[in-house]
Amino acid sequence: MSQSLLKAEHVKISFGNVHALRDVSLEILPGEIHCLAGENGCGKSTIIKIISGVYQRDGGTIEFDGKKLEKISPIDAINMGIQVIYQDFALFPNLTVAENLALNTELASRKKTVSWKNVRKIAEEAVAKINFDVDLDEKVEKLSVAQKQMVAISRALMSNARLIIMDEPTTALTKKEVNSLFKIILKLKEQGIAILFISHKLNEVFEISDRFTIFRNGEMVATGSTKDLDDKKFTYYMTGREFNDQIFVPENMSEKPVFELKNLTLEGAFEAINFSLRRGEILGITGLLDSGRTELALSMFGLKPADSGEILKEGTPIKITNPRDAIEHKIGYVPEDRLSEGLFLTQSIGDNIIISEIDKLKKKNGQFDLKKRDEEIKRWVAELEIKTKNPDNPATTLSGGNQQRIVLAKWLACNLDVLILNGPTVGVDIGSKHDIHMVLQKLAKQGLGVIIISDDLPEVIQNCNRVLVIKNGKIRSEYDTQKVSEQMIIDDMM
Amino acid sequence: MNKAKSIYRKNPEVSRLLIIMLLWLIFMMFTQAEKFFTGRNFLTMAGQFPEYGLMALGGMLCMITGGIDLAVVGTANMASILSVYTMIHFFGEDGTMPMAFSVVIFLIAVLTGVVVGSINAFLISKLGVPPILATLGVNEFLTGLCIVVTNGSAVSSFPKQYCDFFSGNFLGFIPRRLIVFIVVAIIIWLMLEKSTYGTKLRLYGTNAHVAKFSGINTTALLFRTYITSSICAALGGLMMLATYSSARADYGSNYTMQAILLIVLGGVSPNGGKGKISGVITAIVLLKMIESGINRFRSVSTYYVTLIWGAVLILALVIDYFSQKPKKTK
Repeated sequence: MSQSLLKAEHVKISFGNVHALRDVSLEILPGEIHCLAGENGCGKSTIIKIISGVYQRDGGTIEFDGKKLEKISPIDAINMGIQVIYQDFALFPNLTVAENLALNTELASRKKTVSWKNVRKIAEEAVAKINFDVDLDEKVEKLSVAQKQMVAISRALMSNARLIIMDEPTTALTKKEVNSLFKIILKLKEQGIAILFISHKLNEVFEISDRFTIFRNGEMVATGSTKDLDDKKFTYYMTGREFNDQIFVPENMSEKPVFELKNLTLEGAFEAINFSLRRGEILGITGLLDSGRTELALSMFGLKPADSGEILKEGTPIKITNPRDAIEHKIGYVPEDRLSEGLFLTQSIGDNIIISEIDKLKKKNGQFDLKKRDEEIKRWVAELEIKTKNPDNPATTLSGGNQQRIVLAKWLACNLDVLILNGPTVGVDIGSKHDIHMVLQKLAKQGLGVIIISDDLPEVIQNCNRVLVIKNGKIRSEYDTQKVSEQMIIDDMM
Repeated sequence: MNKAKSIYRKNPEVSRLLIIMLLWLIFMMFTQAEKFFTGRNFLTMAGQFPEYGLMALGGMLCMITGGIDLAVVGTANMASILSVYTMIHFFGEDGTMPMAFSVVIFLIAVLTGVVVGSINAFLISKLGVPPILATLGVNEFLTGLCIVVTNGSAVSSFPKQYCDFFSGNFLGFIPRRLIVFIVVAIIIWLMLEKSTYGTKLRLYGTNAHVAKFSGINTTALLFRTYITSSICAALGGLMMLATYSSARADYGSNYTMQAILLIVLGGVSPNGGKGKISGVITAIVLLKMIESGINRFRSVSTYYVTLIWGAVLILALVIDYFSQKPKKTK
């Protein structure tokens, strides 16, 4: 297999005066699983769009199957057998699975009427290729993320694909779903289809790929066989920095718990949850996506008040029926979905930081103390090292990691006792992830009680001193993270 | 040139309106200078716009939350009819009302605003009715109520002291209605720029869900907003009462759309989260100048006013499009 399937060399592209790709090369061999990794904004998505004909390159050469390609249009790319599965899958949510799968073929046949028998046949053939078991008459919007992805893969396979590009396919999947996705990818490989797998998750790269390429700031920094790669090199290539991940060891834990749950129950979500959290502790809560972990977080913050049971703060029972109660008792919550629950994206970084403490920024006469506001913003931008030239810029101008720091800053500004974080580093690049972990560890050492809800097990083990595993709404087990392996936790989760 | 550009960028909503205003004034200078550029004409304009200007100021707040207040005219007429009946009740149809009683009239307007605004806010925040439907329903209900109470005819026999005073001028040349408008505008400016309310309002309008997650009391915020809007509308009703010297269920029925046009023209985003009072005030003044200017042409019917307002709104949006158009990308 000396001849490469796709060979892109010295590709350049710029938008205005931003050089999105300075000089990148990418070579994919027929039938291999190739992993393209890099931090947000490194040019991963840009190169995909060039290969699939969405953008036109400014320079460099691209060969596919030995043929030099001058200009690529999206149709050319599809005809050559290049299929892209984007993060949002590009499916029609209001149509059924069968309609989504058969639409292109039906349109291409240029018939004025639809043969439903034909639609079914096409769809059945398509899902059979990956043994995907689904109700073909179900509307796509009713499917889970993993199922939607399978529909998109089935559709991609219909047109004699030779190279399938998957843009961060595992972001919204649970561990179990990732495993079944990987099985399908391996099966495609057996059929001789090359896969370009975009990811910035280290363990996935090691698990699935034959070869890898890493971009940083629009340049290719490394490529080669995955066998020759290790953790340290991978993070170094990705970020250009070396990290020493510190295992969290609690210091100055308080004698008495700062926050306790007693038999907390929410019908249909979780039942009889008991735990206590001391100041200076980081408690991990993990479980599958539908285990009730998110509902538990929402109950503790008053967004879905529990039906029965008690919440105690410093030993006294408190009532939390809405987020304002929680904030009053110095409990903060960093939500799961930063973009739809955590940030006012189009508003200024500054306003995003001070919004939860805004009622404390008043002068005696009730006026908004603008001077104090600016001081607070300056203080938190500096404290959390938010990389911005001007905090009046909207939050959209920042990267995922810096946006997450805004959400953290918002809560820290409220001077909390307990901070609950749900998936604190989802979609955040390695560098920022490391920094956020360090911030959380430092805060715990300063006496904050921290709860991290996450299914990123390395994250939980590294940053928490205890972990609770939730399954079907109940606490299944509790471990000291020093004495537990990832496999033990996974066994309890499943 | 660069300096002008940076000023424009800093406040595009106001700047583009000022450009249109300037062009219009130049046009008037060449065509109707002697009729348009008179002190009296400007005073007339200043006395007329507060009616719907007040409605636009309040409605602006609702639109910043991403909502809308379509009940402004119903509220205005309700307030003026209630005021008139109160005057008749205490002083008879042709009695004399002591000037101090105006305070009571204003209290009635504020009270009407509180009640109507609370109903709107209750429907929106507690029952989850979309603002456009909630306020439309309330507007129809109020208008209907006014028609039933007045039998659909104008009420014009009542003590006129209030009307005479507020349709008159302060120091002989400043319309008193303008003073009411300025006072309300200052209060709203203070709310938006000098209190935490403004920040909460804009953030709520950007994303109500995140606002809840951030611990903002969204119910209280909506009550405050819709009550303020209704109070402004009710005061607008009092200004209408002063102008027409009578009250009727269907006065100013085109003011609803006019107020919304002014708000959008003033740069408030219908999606919420964005808006400045300076933009809305500029829009109010601009449209009054255009309307008044058109009326100076004998050959142009006043029917053209609506047409030209529509054209101005579209023009403003077009200017906006070209000034915000991102640089060409590959």
